[in-house]
Amino acid sequence: MELTSLEQDMLAGEHGEGTALAMKVQVGTGKAFYAKRMVPITRAHVAASAQEGDVYWVTRLVAAGARCVISPTVNPSMDLRYVEGQLGPLTGEGRDRVEASNEAYRRIGATMTLSCTPEIEKNVPAFGEIVAFSESSATPYVNSVLGARTNRESSISALCAAVTGRVPEYGLLLDENRRGEVLVAVEATLKDDFDWSLLGYAYPQVYKGPEVPVFTGIDKRPTPEGFVQFGAELATSGAVAMYHVVGITPEAPTVEAALGGNAVKAHATITDADLDRVREQFSGDPGPIEFAMLGCPHLTIRQVGEIAALVGEKRFAVDTWILVSSLTLELAERMGFLSVIQRAGGHVIADTCMDIPGCWDAYYDRPGVTESPKCAFYCQVYGQRYAVRPLAQAVQAALAGEVV
Amino acid sequence: MSDQQYTCRPISEGSGEGEALLSTDALCFAMCDADTGCVLEKGHCLDGRSVAGKVLVMPTGKGSSVVQADGLYRLITKETAPAAVVIQTPEPVLVSTIIAMEVPLVDTVDPAFYDNVEEGDHIVVDAVAGTLVLRKKTPGGAAAKP
Repeated sequence: MELTSLEQDMLAGEHGEGTALAMKVQVGTGKAFYAKRMVPITRAHVAASAQEGDVYWVTRLVAAGARCVISPTVNPSMDLRYVEGQLGPLTGEGRDRVEASNEAYRRIGATMTLSCTPEIEKNVPAFGEIVAFSESSATPYVNSVLGARTNRESSISALCAAVTGRVPEYGLLLDENRRGEVLVAVEATLKDDFDWSLLGYAYPQVYKGPEVPVFTGIDKRPTPEGFVQFGAELATSGAVAMYHVVGITPEAPTVEAALGGNAVKAHATITDADLDRVREQFSGDPGPIEFAMLGCPHLTIRQVGEIAALVGEKRFAVDTWILVSSLTLELAERMGFLSVIQRAGGHVIADTCMDIPGCWDAYYDRPGVTESPKCAFYCQVYGQRYAVRPLAQAVQAALAGEVV
Repeated sequence: MSDQQYTCRPISEGSGEGEALLSTDALCFAMCDADTGCVLEKGHCLDGRSVAGKVLVMPTGKGSSVVQADGLYRLITKETAPAAVVIQTPEPVLVSTIIAMEVPLVDTVDPAFYDNVEEGDHIVVDAVAGTLVLRKKTPGGAAAKP
């Protein structure tokens, strides 16, 4: 890889040890993908998390003197004050990590959005813009729905990019790698956002390769939330960072445009049976639940409004947590949704992720409900037994205290 | 049987050796139990098997942008991480995570390696020189001593 003199100086430590460390990871990654050079970025999002590995990395960079050239937005950790107000004081390493993570990201110069949906608010790239986005649910949206360009950055590499202000040029930054190679005939019916979640989880089960898929047979544009959830599940079940939906996403006006001259390497078909298989995989056992955890990725104001409408005058039978961005929380208050949900005994909480080790112990080893296969998948390591239901059904389950 | 040496491309420099653990599925380190290194993912071909101290041979990585790093970091702190990783196709999250966490990683291994390697063989990965030495296990099971 050819580096400019500035980049060589960065790597050699002339801009500080922290920048050198960031460069080392980026140059190593660039070489792995045969990148020829580095290119500047104009935005970054770091999937910060109060998880050990991430805290280790950001703390190491801060200690080595790194500061961000491009201030990245960051993923949620936890609103400790709110959670402790409800569940009692948290003790131990989990709490310490939340504080250490927030402190380190502030010090490195991040913009403390603490939201996992930057691609729909607060950090929305334009078509063709080169950016470094981690958060695996945001990356496919940025590439596919917005037509901006990012590789599937890890929280580590996205932070490196924020520090150096550049990324190695490879993969999805290049035209030829954005074109589709797998033609996917979607024969399944997509009625609502949840069906897009199921489709996202099902595709990597049906076709395991890393090639960019081109989905055909879809005539109705999903909601923004549907697209967000689709990307989240594609990246949970597989490692898809870019897709095309013919007639809908901007680089796929036609099948030919989406393929861009590539020969079709494989065909796949997704039917209702594939969606049902995923539905079944995550259905859990019917019966009593002890909590509801909604918002992985964070729910939008529309979804919070839908929840408020379903709740009405009723009360939640179990602890119900609705995870949103700080902007959505503010809007929920302005629009009256917050008072409806709070009166029902529910919690709408900003800045918070359900996968913060050591901070949700109250619900470990317990049955719950969620709208998110991604949440159910990653939280199985905590012994949480989630039944996954479409949002409206999950809210009904939280009101009834059981899943049917 | 004599050692067989193959060429490979270093991605994350270092060296490591251990028993071969062969996976036909991509792996996310967060889906391993940190105390034992055992894979916890249902339906994964390594479900229940431990990556601790092994040379993990797999197609590529998968998983969300955070959990891969966290998973690997926890394995390293509990000394249950693989000794080295051999992949067929680089994947950005896996590559950047492994470089930052300083675990040896190679790809582009001589195709003959894949014809010869078997579960339980001993593999020595030199991710500086770009070589990989395969020592076949004896019929009794354990890898042959030099």
